[in-house]
Amino acid sequence: MYQYDAFDQRIVEERAQQFRDQVIRRIDGRLGENDFKPLRLQNGLYMQLHAYMMRIAVPYGLLSSRQLRALAEITRKYDRGYGHFTTRQNMQLNWPKLEDIPNILDDLAAVQMHAIQTSGNCIRNITSDPYAGVAADEIADPRPYCELLRQWSTFHPEFAFLPRKFKFAITGATEDRAAIRVHDIGIRLVKNDAGEIGFEYYVGGGQGRTPLVAPCINEFVPELDLVSYSEAVLRTYNRLGRRDNKFKARIKILVKQVGADEFARLVEEEHAQIKDGPLKLTPEDVAQFRRFFRPPIYEVLPDEDPKLQAALLSKDRTFAGWVRNNTAKHRSPGYAIVNLSLKNRDLPPGDVTADQMDAVADLADRYSLGGVTVTHRQNLVFTDVRKSDLPELYESLRDLGFATPNFGKLTDIICCPGLDYCNLANARSISVAQDVQARFDALGKLYDVGDLQLNISGCINACGHHHVGHIGILGIDKQGVEHYQLMLGGSRALDSSLGKILGKALTHDEIGSAVERVVMAYVGFRESDEETFLDCYRRLGPAPFKEAVYEPNQA
Amino acid sequence: MSLIRHEPDAGTRPIEDAWVSLSDGETLPSRDVIVTLERLAQLDGDVPGRLGVVVDGATDPEALAPHLQRLSLIAIELPKFTDGRAYSLARLLRDRYGYTGTLRAVGHVLRDQLFYMWRCGFDEFDLAEGVNVEDAVAAFDDFTITYQPAEDHEQPIWRRRRGG
Repeated sequence: MYQYDAFDQRIVEERAQQFRDQVIRRIDGRLGENDFKPLRLQNGLYMQLHAYMMRIAVPYGLLSSRQLRALAEITRKYDRGYGHFTTRQNMQLNWPKLEDIPNILDDLAAVQMHAIQTSGNCIRNITSDPYAGVAADEIADPRPYCELLRQWSTFHPEFAFLPRKFKFAITGATEDRAAIRVHDIGIRLVKNDAGEIGFEYYVGGGQGRTPLVAPCINEFVPELDLVSYSEAVLRTYNRLGRRDNKFKARIKILVKQVGADEFARLVEEEHAQIKDGPLKLTPEDVAQFRRFFRPPIYEVLPDEDPKLQAALLSKDRTFAGWVRNNTAKHRSPGYAIVNLSLKNRDLPPGDVTADQMDAVADLADRYSLGGVTVTHRQNLVFTDVRKSDLPELYESLRDLGFATPNFGKLTDIICCPGLDYCNLANARSISVAQDVQARFDALGKLYDVGDLQLNISGCINACGHHHVGHIGILGIDKQGVEHYQLMLGGSRALDSSLGKILGKALTHDEIGSAVERVVMAYVGFRESDEETFLDCYRRLGPAPFKEAVYEPNQA
Repeated sequence: MSLIRHEPDAGTRPIEDAWVSLSDGETLPSRDVIVTLERLAQLDGDVPGRLGVVVDGATDPEALAPHLQRLSLIAIELPKFTDGRAYSLARLLRDRYGYTGTLRAVGHVLRDQLFYMWRCGFDEFDLAEGVNVEDAVAAFDDFTITYQPAEDHEQPIWRRRRGG
């Protein structure tokens, strides 16, 4: 992974010092709350329902075991001994004190971490494919480009005060595991006929109150133009994006208003002026970043491991089920990608205790070359596990509660903190997630329903990505009572679609059973075990599902 | 209100304002004046002192282009410090239009944005009321390293690392 040099190190240390000074001025009154707010936001510091909430950047989701142990220590020292992994592959602390934040930043800087631009109207943490570097379907490793863009966007002097927040996602694989088309900028690595790397460049996607799927504005941005082209897009947006209305300020609104073709033309015009300037990359520039992500030296192993085969055939089917569900194909023979499910019912989705973080760090050292990746589904991934180690690793993960074989299944729910923690929320989301998990665990229906993503947001800001869940739930406030809209048919894959509201909003008591009815209806409607929920919904449309939820007795 | 000037070689210092802002109807005094873009377009021939203009961040630099030769100062007004258009306009004036005169930030100019502003090409800062001058002068030392090519560095960090 990327290693800081003296320059990077000095920047995060100076950032900690800068924020320490800002906090001093805030506390002694030289800095008022109105002027402090945008500053603290650019450091990931929100004022929440009960306290400040701090968001720590995990660039493209990559953590070393050393960094994870440092995070565990920070949650013990300054918080309540747990942290929350977010859908942007970051970590949030729910209870830090303002006066402790500078010390937290110092502790983070000591392990090459920070909270820079994790909030505010600036370029946020860049997200990527959690399988980057090891995926079997990868065209090229996206991480060198993520790091290039991280450095370009960090304290970019021109783009610190954009009309609104700005999110990049990059994938290098055929299957989109980074949901690139619901980002302000989504980038997909491609190769042209000559075998040269370039980027399919999507602009103007997003969730929130105006969900939109990003159009492609350039089918092939040459590799060496990545940074200059991005600068052209950002400059165009910074100059033309709306600033009079917060709800119309995202780039998706600009792209929609002027049209994708016209927006592409404006970017092209700007890019023509700067493409041969200092931001034009050279092959040496790219090589400098690629060096950090060279594949490790893998052992030469047979792809089939006898120890694993034996374990798979054992009477206890839970291990085989876990392997089938929670592991994925690795590029190197004899290795596997292992998904750790953080969706057990003891803790809210995405939450991890300090002790669990330490334990995961130890397992990463023992089984996965010392690295852990955070995913946008709020799980963790070990990218480099020998297949022969899977039975042992499974035992350890099961003891930790991270081996629930529900990866990509209905109970692997994406969920925002909701009304329990967030002052924007209209409704609870964690309790809805727990209700659904309980229903499907108890009924043992999990394995029958195939790939099914349930996403829950407590308000229209859509932190729980409800628009792109196969089943999405949105918490709303109806005359002071929390209600939930149920939407079906969303997808975050390359064939992105946005879910449609099924019918009238349901109460907290009703929503869990409504989800159950939708799923049971699907099980009845599907043509074969292979037909996924999304395919089935796309084939039949909403009507039969609506009937199943709202008129169950007639169905 | 205080005015400060930052030059990497000469350092940062409070300065007296040699300029006077003129509203559109006023007659031209024999001193350095800052006028609006409308007035600027009407002024032809010689003016008694140096000439400056005040614009907002939404201004198209193309509208300023014909006047750049005779301008010694461009003031860009920030209605709110979070209005980032001023930063792009400053960079375009410097990088694309080759403007070398004074670039002054006016309006809601606070301490914690000065470093960014300077990197985008501003060199004078008309601080908003209540901003402590000593704090403001220190702002230019916030960072000793930056990543992007900007006013402080011609090359991005990845090339500077290799001694480029």
